[in-house]
Amino acid sequence: MSEPIVTMNNINFTYENKPILKKVNFEIPKGKFMGLVGPNGGGKTTLIKLILGLLKPDEGEIKLFNTPIEKFQHREKIGFVSQKANSFNAGFPATVFEVVSTGLTAKLGYFKFMKKSHREQVLAAIEMVDMLDYAFENIGNLSGGQQQRVFIARALVNEPELMILDEPTVGVDQGNVKRFYELLDKLNKEQQITMLLVTHDTGIMTEYATDIVCLNRTLHFHGNPEEYSSLSDEDLSLFYGHPVTTIAHEA
Amino acid sequence: MIADFIQYDFLRYTFLTGILIGIIAPLLGTFIVVRRLSLIADSLSHVTLAGIAFGLMMEKLLLITFSPLYSGMAFSVIGSIGIEKLRSVYKNYQELAIPIILSTGVGLSVIFISVANGFNTDLFGYLFGSVSAVSQNDFLLIFSIFIIVVGIITIFYKELFTLSFDEEHATISGIHTKRIHLLFIVLTSLVIAASIRIVGVLLVSALMTLPVAAAMRISKGFKQMMLLSILFGEISVIIGIVSGYYLSIPPGGTIVMIAVTILLLSIGYKRSRKSTNEMREA
Ligand SMILES: Nc1ncnc2c1ncn2[C@@H]1O[C@H](COP(=O)(O)OP(=O)(O)OP(=O)(O)O)[C@@H](O)[C@H]1O
Ligand SMILES: [Mg+2]
Repeated sequence: MSEPIVTMNNINFTYENKPILKKVNFEIPKGKFMGLVGPNGGGKTTLIKLILGLLKPDEGEIKLFNTPIEKFQHREKIGFVSQKANSFNAGFPATVFEVVSTGLTAKLGYFKFMKKSHREQVLAAIEMVDMLDYAFENIGNLSGGQQQRVFIARALVNEPELMILDEPTVGVDQGNVKRFYELLDKLNKEQQITMLLVTHDTGIMTEYATDIVCLNRTLHFHGNPEEYSSLSDEDLSLFYGHPVTTIAHEA
Repeated sequence: MIADFIQYDFLRYTFLTGILIGIIAPLLGTFIVVRRLSLIADSLSHVTLAGIAFGLMMEKLLLITFSPLYSGMAFSVIGSIGIEKLRSVYKNYQELAIPIILSTGVGLSVIFISVANGFNTDLFGYLFGSVSAVSQNDFLLIFSIFIIVVGIITIFYKELFTLSFDEEHATISGIHTKRIHLLFIVLTSLVIAASIRIVGVLLVSALMTLPVAAAMRISKGFKQMMLLSILFGEISVIIGIVSGYYLSIPPGGTIVMIAVTILLLSIGYKRSRKSTNEMREA
């Protein structure tokens, strides 16, 4: 069994008296490509914020790279891509190069300056996502899909061991979604980057993921794409259907 | 035309101070504009006014002479920390901090000014700037602020830029965003205090934002925008001070109007480039 990259033991999380996650247990072993699916409001983004340390669980234990999250020091091992195509300030006057460089800031540390080798690292990350032609364009002048590639490059520039992506393909056209998954697949296979991907495109995701997890307040399914595809409609409606009845059913 | 500025000490100090603030005001202004904090600069300038009024009052009451710039600076720094505290108290209504601090600043100013027996020419200079107000002591204080600001921005450039571009990402990657932000706000308050003698309380935020607004239209990337803003800031300050002196107008007014002119030119330039491109494509 390979080393676990993320471990969650009995996680409970409440937002102002509203229980969001109940008894979530799960593990991502190294090298997996895990797809996280579930209905809107099911708690996917919340789960990711817990892993990133933006929120703290009420109960339970989170480990990153086998270290309890409170003691985990190597944030640069985690690359995060959020749903930026929608939320980021499109007018921000920065070039692709400048945006990708911000990925290195924390790793370099305080009182250190970018050297030539760092610039080469930034360009290499931009090349990996096929955006070298746009390296010195303002990010605001790019299409949504191109911007998303830039954010992947920002995560890649640290050579992360785990990439977490929260609905990265919202607003990206079909052809580019496919190219996007191919890029993730390549990074997963060639560089052994463990992937955790939140998405509503279950169709295309099942082609690339090695594991699929369904989350609706608690984990409803954890298996491989074949098992997921063979789920009956009844099972699926249980996951996606009405969260209220699901909770009632459990209680 | 520049001869007077070389000949007379007081003009020389004004001119040199102008050159310094023409650099640091737009330098910080670039971060202020992209982080949408322009109004914070405005409220801090009013708190600085309260500090200056306090200084003038103490001068009058205690018959001591010290530069009110010091009390202005102290109030500005305290105000900047106050804004941050309020922003964390009203997490979902962060902009509330601005009117609270601004009105406190104006309220205190009114009280201090009346205790000090009303308006005088000194105060007028603090409101709109003055070409004859910079003493050697003031200049040395402003020069120290210049060194501190440029030094800290150089050292923390990458953190400040990362924070400005994407605060959430900066936090996740482990940057101490709260501390960096506080450092930034304190620097802003120092720059405001330094700029007040030349441009005045009411126009200081204009010198921090107008050159940036102009540069933003025509630059590629953040660094280029920063350098262009400084260039525009310098042009505004130099032409503004010299013309203000010869026309006997407070330099705050002339500096800001030059900055407005540059802004209009940059908007026009972008428009005309756009329409020629469209014509070419058609
Ligand atoms: N800051 C917040 N304060 C209070 N409740 C919140 C907050 N953020 C999210 N929630 C609630 O937590 C629940 C889970 O939200 P979350 O964003 O994790 O869902 P999600 O699975 O990511 O949904 P989606 O598919 O729509 O992105 C929702 O019911 C939401 O209303
Ligand atoms: Mg979500």
